[in-house]
Amino acid sequence: MRALLIIAALLFVTPLPVTPAWAISDPAEALPNAAQEARAVELGGQLRCLVCQNESIEDSGADLARDLRHIVRQHIAAGETDAQIIAWMVARYGDFVRLRPPFRLSTALLWASPLLALLLAGGLALGLRRRAAPPPPLSDAEQQRLAHLLEE
Amino acid sequence: MNRRMLLAAPLGAAVLGGGAFYAMLRGLQSGKFDPRGVPSQLIDKPLPGFTLAGFGSADVLTAKRPVVINFFASWCVPCLDEAATLMALSRRGVPIWGIAYKDKALATANFLVRNGNPYQRVAHDDAGSVAIDWGVTGVPETYLIDAEGIVRWRFVGPLPDSALDGLSKLAGL
Repeated sequence: MRALLIIAALLFVTPLPVTPAWAISDPAEALPNAAQEARAVELGGQLRCLVCQNESIEDSGADLARDLRHIVRQHIAAGETDAQIIAWMVARYGDFVRLRPPFRLSTALLWASPLLALLLAGGLALGLRRRAAPPPPLSDAEQQRLAHLLEE
Repeated sequence: MNRRMLLAAPLGAAVLGGGAFYAMLRGLQSGKFDPRGVPSQLIDKPLPGFTLAGFGSADVLTAKRPVVINFFASWCVPCLDEAATLMALSRRGVPIWGIAYKDKALATANFLVRNGNPYQRVAHDDAGSVAIDWGVTGVPETYLIDAEGIVRWRFVGPLPDSALDGLSKLAGL
């Protein structure tokens, strides 16, 4: 029991490391200008790491991602626009490098898919509702039989 | 009629989707479709300009014949896998020029002594910036440049023996 208390106390006393060891961005990578750095983070978040693929270059720990982060910052420091930097990346790695695919003829179906799904669901709901029309009114014979049954 | 069409539309969509999914799985199995593949932007375009210790794009152009460019590194395990294939390719007389990616010159030299040197020339891309200009995502990657300096073919990963015949033909041998 005493040992447990000591262990518990140690657990609380032991200072936790302030900077997590898995932090990817080396602070030395950041641009000195805060506005430019914010732009670099925003832009890097839209660019795919070609090694890990479902991470952006800002999130990835891969060497290539680090190099690309560095390039983004170099180009921003040189005064290029976001569009210029994305074009630079696309020229080398293709549209795949963009996490948000551009609207093209080849991606039209992809972009239209939410609308298509909505139309499909709407059409289906309408069709089902129309089918569930109220039953025709009872004939005279049926009315009489119903009254007869209710009387019993 | 209208109701039947409304019923047929989702069914048709499901059949179409299923067919597309089946085609995708078949492509995955045969290797024709790779969802993780990054298609090269250089195919049928002139090779990017570069100057490195060893050789530059100008040297490739003055060669006036098809050249295979292979990005490799001594620290890259798949590069060991393709070493024998590259040796076989060089024995067929196909000129192979190597670009060592983020490697130390001494480590590169040791690697070539240990595993054989298929390269006519070796350049050193220490910063890895030339590789980025080529759209390289990792080593090894192999390109074929024709006699006019146009990139004609690219392969990502260790070169398989099955690529030897096609590559020799593309290189005009």
